[in-house]
Amino acid sequence: MAFGMAGKRRRKTVMTIHAAQDLPRLSVSGDAHTCRVVAEGPWTIFHSEVLEAALADLAVPPAAKVILDLSRLNGLDTAGAWLLHRLQAELEFQGRRVIITGLEGSYRALLSEVEQHHPPEWVPERHPLSLVRLLEMTGRQVVEVCKDAVAVLHIVGSMVTVLSGVFVRPRCLRLKSVANQFDRSCIGAVPIVMLMSFLIGAIISQQGGFYLKQFGADIYVVDLAGVLVLREIGVILTAIMVAGRSGSAFTAELGSMKMREEIDALHVIGLHVTEVLVIPRLLALILALPVLTFLSDLAALFGAGLVSWVYLDIPPRVFIDLMQVAVSTDTLLVGLVKAPFMALIIGLVACVEGMKVSGSAESLGRHTTLSVVKAIFMVIVVDGLFAIFFSSIGI
Amino acid sequence: MANPLNDPLTKAPHGDDDDVILRARGVTVGFGPVLVLKDLDLDVRKREILGFVGGSGTGKSVLMRAVLGLTPRRAGSIEVFGVNLQDAAPEERLAVERRWGVLFQQGALFSSLNVRQNIQVPMREHMRMSERLMDELALLKLEMVGLPRSAAEKFPSELSGGMIKRASLARSLALDPELVFLDEPTAGLDPIGAASFDALILKLRETLGLTVYMVTHDLDSLHSICDRVAVLGDKKVLRAGTIEELMRFDNAWVQSYFNGERALRRV
Repeated sequence: MAFGMAGKRRRKTVMTIHAAQDLPRLSVSGDAHTCRVVAEGPWTIFHSEVLEAALADLAVPPAAKVILDLSRLNGLDTAGAWLLHRLQAELEFQGRRVIITGLEGSYRALLSEVEQHHPPEWVPERHPLSLVRLLEMTGRQVVEVCKDAVAVLHIVGSMVTVLSGVFVRPRCLRLKSVANQFDRSCIGAVPIVMLMSFLIGAIISQQGGFYLKQFGADIYVVDLAGVLVLREIGVILTAIMVAGRSGSAFTAELGSMKMREEIDALHVIGLHVTEVLVIPRLLALILALPVLTFLSDLAALFGAGLVSWVYLDIPPRVFIDLMQVAVSTDTLLVGLVKAPFMALIIGLVACVEGMKVSGSAESLGRHTTLSVVKAIFMVIVVDGLFAIFFSSIGI
Repeated sequence: MANPLNDPLTKAPHGDDDDVILRARGVTVGFGPVLVLKDLDLDVRKREILGFVGGSGTGKSVLMRAVLGLTPRRAGSIEVFGVNLQDAAPEERLAVERRWGVLFQQGALFSSLNVRQNIQVPMREHMRMSERLMDELALLKLEMVGLPRSAAEKFPSELSGGMIKRASLARSLALDPELVFLDEPTAGLDPIGAASFDALILKLRETLGLTVYMVTHDLDSLHSICDRVAVLGDKKVLRAGTIEELMRFDNAWVQSYFNGERALRRV
């Protein structure tokens, strides 16, 4: 929760002006035997600062009997009544007798209502040592990671079960739901993914061309753009975009369904949440990402070709000829084969985070952020693993 | 002003202006082409408990939101504590907002704060007071609305429906308001819980001198604690008065509401 500091300051200034008109007061008089404490003015929450200061400054002489005169009060609310009650309790705790006088009708009712509650023991918050906290946090994180791993395995296991059950019971695949999710995460993402890839392709070709031109090797821009886009950039950019677009949507959807007890309702009706909500999303994403990657490759190569033509004077005919020499079907497949795995990771992370959302709005926000961050990180890690794998098998 | 004072039944019969804490005249609220409220007049008097009834979709919640300034109105004026909220300066508006409390239908507790912190939000934002006093007052309010002290450190997601209502009432009472708006306070509570909530509101009126504006469908609350009941229908306040007066009011909806099977079965 964030409340503006500027607004806070303004309000408090208003308060001070308001309070300056009529302030509550406390005065003490009397001898060693009987002491008289007179409370005057409005004892309300609006003057709590003044009241607290007055009470802190109050020095009651060591008399056995204290008369608390409230006849000059011209305002009392729960806060004021509480402070009076607390004062009375403190004086009585010192072994004095406190007599309250001059209390009128409605004030009496309020004070007697407040008197039913005892002042709690006030314990200021204590934080444990930062080293202990660090260890505690580390421990919690480790447990959290283990729990995540179990949840991921659980979903993967359920998916395998459902997919193998399709032969017996085709209905449990929920094709309609898969199609709906595919529409949202693939068709909806086409324009933005293609536009982004087009720009990236153009930038790669312009930057590459700028440096290669200095060696007169500007023709190699075609190899550079072709290999880079097809093997790495196309799939990574698409995966990052999908993690931001669909991954966050999955987490937020599942999370808010969890908050509104819709997930519990599914359980009670006897449906498997994983089967109904998670697997259609995962399948749709696994189908969507290769398609998007392919489109992204096309757009990026188109952008690269356009810039080569305008900026480096490589005509489209030549660009296409050189491209056919530079890349093979393998180059394209190396990129595309990574897409389903990345989709699976994005979907798993998003769904696991979504299921971890608890009651508060803050937790929904935190898990949505975590989902996107984790998914993008994992996508890059997996891409690195694939790079090692492909180089070791010699592609 | 759209509507002159032509319907004395919705206003204070004494005509005593000092007594009126909330005055609405000619209020018109609509969404798109649909008018929900049209030329509505209403007076709420000091220290009274005013119940609001009306069929579903007659605009009870819309009226409350319009009074609170959450829904914009197309015409008319609403004065609270003598301040016209539409053209009040921000400071004036703020001064009014500190003098009212609102209990929303779903409680509207901030889910990222625990109950104690929820109650302290208005104090922390509007007042300058020590942590100790804030803690003590939060616990005091908590006990005044009938919650145990152990509820203070709980988060809204850990509370039952009735506890959420009570905690939310405690938050609306944090600054000792003069006027509280309650939107269906007893909906979803069991009869015993509802009765104790009614008793609580009555007690708070006695001790704190509250004025209560209450949207409710609970016939028991209407009978047991409301001084006056206003009936909303036909885009305005059809009539406001005691239950006995309303029972004699010749309107099909009002008759079936107060003299219907459910109403008679309650004795």
